Amino acid sequence: MSKTHVTTTINGEPAEFLAEAGLTLLDALRDEVGLTGTKEGCGSGDCGACSVIVDGRLVCSCLMLAVEAEGSTIETIEGVATGDTLHPLQRKFIEYAALQCGFCTPGFLVAAKSLLEKNNNPTETEVRFWLAGNLCRCTGYDKIVRAVMDAAAEMRGA
Amino acid sequence: MTYIGNKSDLRVVGTRPDRPDGVDKVTGRAIYGADFRLAGQLVGRILRSPHAHAKIIKIDTSKARALPGVKAVMTAQDMPNITSEESFVGEGPTNFRDQSLNVMARDKVLYEGHAVAAVAAMSPSIAEAALALIEVTYEVLPHVIDVEEAMAPGAPILDETLFTAGVDPKPTTPSNIAKKIILKSGDIDAGFAKADIIAEGRYVTAAVHQAYIEPHACVATIGADGQATVYASSQGHFMIRAFCAKLLGMEISNIRVIPLEIGGGFGGKTIVYLEPVALTLSKMAGKPVKLVMTREEVFRASGPTSGAVVEVKMGAMKDGTIVAAQAVLKYQAGAFPGSPVQPGLMCAFAMYDIPNVHLTGYDVISNRAKVAAYRAPGAPISSYAAEQVVDDLARQLGMDAITIREKNAAKAGTKTVYGVTFPEIGYEAVLAAAKSHAHWKAPLGKNQGRGIATGFWFNIGGESSASVFVNEDGSVSVVSGSPDIGGSRASMAMMAAEVLGIPVANVRPIIGDTASIGFTNVTGGSRVTYATGMATVQATEKVIEQLKQRAAMIWDISPDAVDWKDGQAVPAGANAGGFDPLSLAAIAAKAGKTGGPIGSEVSVNAQGAGPGFGAHICDVEVDRETGQTTILRYTAIQDVGRAIHPSYVEGQIQGGAVQGIGWALNEEYIYDAKGKMDNAGFLDYRVPVASDLPMIEAVLVEVPNTRHPFGVRGVGEVPIVPPMAAIGNAVRDAIGIRMHSLPMSPPKVRKALDSGQG
Ligand code: FES
Ligand code: FES
Repeated sequence: MSKTHVTTTINGEPAEFLAEAGLTLLDALRDEVGLTGTKEGCGSGDCGACSVIVDGRLVCSCLMLAVEAEGSTIETIEGVATGDTLHPLQRKFIEYAALQCGFCTPGFLVAAKSLLEKNNNPTETEVRFWLAGNLCRCTGYDKIVRAVMDAAAEMRGA
Repeated sequence: MTYIGNKSDLRVVGTRPDRPDGVDKVTGRAIYGADFRLAGQLVGRILRSPHAHAKIIKIDTSKARALPGVKAVMTAQDMPNITSEESFVGEGPTNFRDQSLNVMARDKVLYEGHAVAAVAAMSPSIAEAALALIEVTYEVLPHVIDVEEAMAPGAPILDETLFTAGVDPKPTTPSNIAKKIILKSGDIDAGFAKADIIAEGRYVTAAVHQAYIEPHACVATIGADGQATVYASSQGHFMIRAFCAKLLGMEISNIRVIPLEIGGGFGGKTIVYLEPVALTLSKMAGKPVKLVMTREEVFRASGPTSGAVVEVKMGAMKDGTIVAAQAVLKYQAGAFPGSPVQPGLMCAFAMYDIPNVHLTGYDVISNRAKVAAYRAPGAPISSYAAEQVVDDLARQLGMDAITIREKNAAKAGTKTVYGVTFPEIGYEAVLAAAKSHAHWKAPLGKNQGRGIATGFWFNIGGESSASVFVNEDGSVSVVSGSPDIGGSRASMAMMAAEVLGIPVANVRPIIGDTASIGFTNVTGGSRVTYATGMATVQATEKVIEQLKQRAAMIWDISPDAVDWKDGQAVPAGANAGGFDPLSLAAIAAKAGKTGGPIGSEVSVNAQGAGPGFGAHICDVEVDRETGQTTILRYTAIQDVGRAIHPSYVEGQIQGGAVQGIGWALNEEYIYDAKGKMDNAGFLDYRVPVASDLPMIEAVLVEVPNTRHPFGVRGVGEVPIVPPMAAIGNAVRDAIGIRMHSLPMSPPKVRKALDSGQG
């Protein structure tokens, strides 16, 4: 099967890979680029574990073909921290014990980051609805919602 | 030694430090099952049965083998045909032969999704093409899905060699009822004769999946010398080693299993599905093989827990004393025997001191995926029925739902129907906390209702190993054999730090593989903080003895004259001499000159895990137009013995409660007329999402378990026991109709509102 050469920017760095026609962006990130922080929980757009930001938009990378990413700018969990400095969301997730197994965590962090970029002062209901596309089976969401709200407050300087 | 004493003396236990694996998990660095890869690994794929029940007439793999890029094709013929033997690892009853047949079907397929063949190839697309080239000839057989239909005379028989155990005389015709179990105490007829009132009901639950977000995954590699290594995410790498050895006829010493991070399990990762297949393929291909399930495979071929029919009848006197309790439990086991009906029986009425109890259980096979353990296996199902009948008793008596429970509460000295007498337990403390909680008295609005239900789980101890090493700089490593599924590394480090008197940041906890730490049973039964914690504490205490000896050597005094205090060796009294304290780091720096490295490993078979009790209060609002039930407020109260890291204990309670909410309102396996699962994906099998829920308030009651150094009780399983009945009772309160089957989905509630019957 012939492969297409795809050129992207991932977490601020140029990244190129070869993709079969049916390869998802998720599999390209994990298997071709070697960024395994983005997870597959379902492969059908229902769990959000594969959340990444493509050209500023939150997407399920399992639902996007890798070849569609040509020329785009992609942000994954590996790009959320700045060097050794964790993003406030990452710090708050640890502080609030918002992760148990941690498998859903990359998806939640990427989704929450994209929420806070649009709305820096979300209500609890807004957080819950924005994150409704991300499944967590361990925590019951309580501590996740609190961590996101508190990170938002901190980022607002409240 | 015990550290239960005064809670305020504890410096680390009971605080909320950052977990040691936190940064890895928020940055994407942590390596889970599917993240691992070995150079040159092949892609494995499994071919699964499209039929619910069929004979395998022939499997022709020649075309698949001939496809370029295919390196191995296997069927059950490539695995040993092993004999029946009860398994000794994992959680819940299972048999090695059944496991083998579940991993790869031999003569018959017993459910849709049952594995029949597997391939290893150079790429995913080649592996998938190869699957399509395998020709399987089936003779389709009649199938049975429903538990009572499977029990009925004339039902399609799954296993001609299965005769119901536990009935006298021994049956002469095969049956899908693998086992009948009776548990009783007192005289049930006399009990009912004494009762002033009777409440009863027939309740039906659906099969539900553990639905961990990480699908099963592993990489296996085996060399020409027969030495195998398996990298897998599971609830027990020693379990994987034992199963692979048994199922493949290998020596235990030839298999090393290295645990990867695990993305949830809830009991569902206490058995093997992929590892023996990956090992067989690797052996055939001479290369490492990686197998990862799709979500659809997870639903069709792993988990779930039993759906069931439960009939409960209880009798009480006018003053609220429950004098008789009877239940019949029919649990689906899936395609092989081994439903959790036994613990279902044992837990049904365990919260109460009832003189006359009669319980009958049936373990029933049908053409569904083999059930796996799911958080407090069996207990949520029987409690769902029993706790609604208790609610009906209270309603008939006009009694407060907590008061009736207080009146009949089990306490220290209560003898259970299964023969155990309870030690110090916290059920009454939990009820008192529920009664005094503001939630219990808060006002309710129109179409709203409140329910309470309580639950019990044994919690187990068992075999665990841990070792503690002092590094050259005085930092400490704690190695244990328990996969960390929700923060146990944090609790091990905290217990070691507390005992040593050092900051938790100085302790690095890791999980050892099967070749680097002693046998440790699965992370299940809520046993890790209890049993592995006990091993960790004991190993730490041995290290302290060594540290005292080393200090004695340095000071040239007797070891008896040295005390360990606040992370330092100090002279035991004025007579011991006037030495300055020696820190851990100072002693570690001299270890080479005082006898070598300092460290200790302890293995335990921990007994005396403390029974756990919880009470959940739930408010719902039912939309009379759509039948939709919304959870408005939820409070979960539980005796946790002592919380090592309260945030993770709360997290267990919140997570368990929400799984129970899903079980109550949305989740179910749905089958079509051909016995195929209709909803094998997260779109149609709907687990709760953030917008479905309010905050879940977790209230920790601490009645220390005196048999653990810190008073720990298991906490992870109790919280899934009460939710279904709590919600059922709340819905009953809201609409005046008792719902009798799960899930209480909108169409069902709507129908009940229309017909007046649930
Ligand atoms: S893996 Fe993409 S949404 Fe689940
Ligand atoms: S922490 Fe395990 S799925 Fe969210």
